[in-house]
Amino acid sequence: MIQIFFQFDFLRYSLYTGMLIGLLAPLLGVFLVVRRLALISDALSHITLSGIAFSLLLGRHYSYFAGLNPMYMGMAFSVGGAIFIERLRNVYRYYKELAIPIILSAGIGIGVVFISLANGFNNDLFHYLFGSVAAIRQSDFHMIVSITLFVLVMMLLFYKEWFFLSFDEDQAVISGIPKKTLHFLFIIMVALVISASMRIVGILLVSSLMTLPVASAMRWAKSFKQTFLYAILFSEISVIVGLFSAFHLDIAPGGTIVMLNVIILLISLLLKRKGI
Amino acid sequence: MTKASRSMAIEVEGLSFTYGQRNVLEDIHLHIPEGSFLGLMGPNGSGKSTLIKCILGLLSPTTGTIKLFGKPIQRFNDWSQVGFVSQKANSFNSGFPATVFEVVSMGLYGKVGLLRFLTKKHKQKVLESIQQVGMQDYVHQNIGELSGGQQQRVFIARALVSEPKLLILDEPTVGVDAKSVQNFYTMLQRLNVERGMTLILVTHDIGAMTEYITDVACLNKCLHFHGNKLEFESQHDSMMTSLYGHDVRVITHNHDHHDHDHDHDHDGSGH
Repeated sequence: MIQIFFQFDFLRYSLYTGMLIGLLAPLLGVFLVVRRLALISDALSHITLSGIAFSLLLGRHYSYFAGLNPMYMGMAFSVGGAIFIERLRNVYRYYKELAIPIILSAGIGIGVVFISLANGFNNDLFHYLFGSVAAIRQSDFHMIVSITLFVLVMMLLFYKEWFFLSFDEDQAVISGIPKKTLHFLFIIMVALVISASMRIVGILLVSSLMTLPVASAMRWAKSFKQTFLYAILFSEISVIVGLFSAFHLDIAPGGTIVMLNVIILLISLLLKRKGI
Repeated sequence: MTKASRSMAIEVEGLSFTYGQRNVLEDIHLHIPEGSFLGLMGPNGSGKSTLIKCILGLLSPTTGTIKLFGKPIQRFNDWSQVGFVSQKANSFNSGFPATVFEVVSMGLYGKVGLLRFLTKKHKQKVLESIQQVGMQDYVHQNIGELSGGQQQRVFIARALVSEPKLLILDEPTVGVDAKSVQNFYTMLQRLNVERGMTLILVTHDIGAMTEYITDVACLNKCLHFHGNKLEFESQHDSMMTSLYGHDVRVITHNHDHHDHDHDHDHDGSGH
């Protein structure tokens, strides 16, 4: 039942893509969670939705856009949203979390308008919302590979700076770490990973892959580095098992992956009774 | 040795700071020679933390200049020479999943620089620094599982690991029990005496530390006093009145040894 994934190109692509997302999402998620910004991924995924809807709408009217992968437009919206969030966080310096509901509702609002204009729900959109095993194309896969390489290189180069900034921003700034540039770079990475993940887990569930494995990992990890290892381990388990079972049971992979993550979290809570 | 001949760690000239309409600091002149242990005191809201933030380059003063080790702060770039332990260290995210080792390592990140990694030698330094504050048994412990006093020692270790020439501590003992506070001050005094490190300790309660420091500065929007400890103690009553608006006694701890200073009349010639 597993071999079938290697017999069909599209299944192989979705498996590889899923595994790369399973690596990237918790990698960024750890930083988001410890900075108490877990909800940013929700805001960005909703703004990605409006980008997708916009692309689908344009596709109905202009043949050029019909051939274009809606992921690109989703990515553009997501990055735009990320920049806007950073701006809002500076404007409302004492209410930094306010940026999140603003972008989140704006994203849904714009998305719904575009969807209505495009004459409602279709099958394509359903896949974007909840993920699909079969939706991965070769171009999606290549895009994910480049994003993975970019994120991994950035992580290797700036891990210690992001770690310091997350733990103690003032101290990090005093020691000469360029806060604004690094925060900006980070949120762009989050935007890219979110829009790239939506094919598999779907827009509505993508944020779960950034937060749930991290929540479980924090019960087990004894250090910051271990938090990454556990989070990536849990997320890979959920993605791989989730994709296989989603395909064989013919259900949306997004939901399966999230449910597996919830199960891992419950087990972690039961086995590791430490207060955080 | 007169003060003028000593090289200065910090030179603040005519510094003022305004938040909106409100003057927080007015025309501050403050020269801190290298090797001194200054207690910077003042009531809550007197601008102590603002002054420190200016010195650390986190805030730009409205007017005035600051020099660190003789260099104007705008051109000062050797921030690994400056260690800082903030008040906020007591209220950091205690659920943060980081070990003592990882937290202390952060102190080297600025020195190591962008795009570089910690080497074995750096890691050895981190361990030494942890040992220096007596936390060697907790190297791989989660920072959130330690007591307030232990956490504070870890943050000191983090500030010390880059071997700074100047260490600034903003109310570092808030929420730390009395016994740990004493050990803590003794440790600071050792750094000051043995290593010649310049220390600035910000506090609203100078009484607990009078026996460890060498100099005192009193701040309440303006600088009311700056001089050595003995001068301060001889004028202390009038100083307290001008600073707090009413008479406040400074309670000195450990009266049983050497320190009966403010019972006697001092002319300050001993220092």
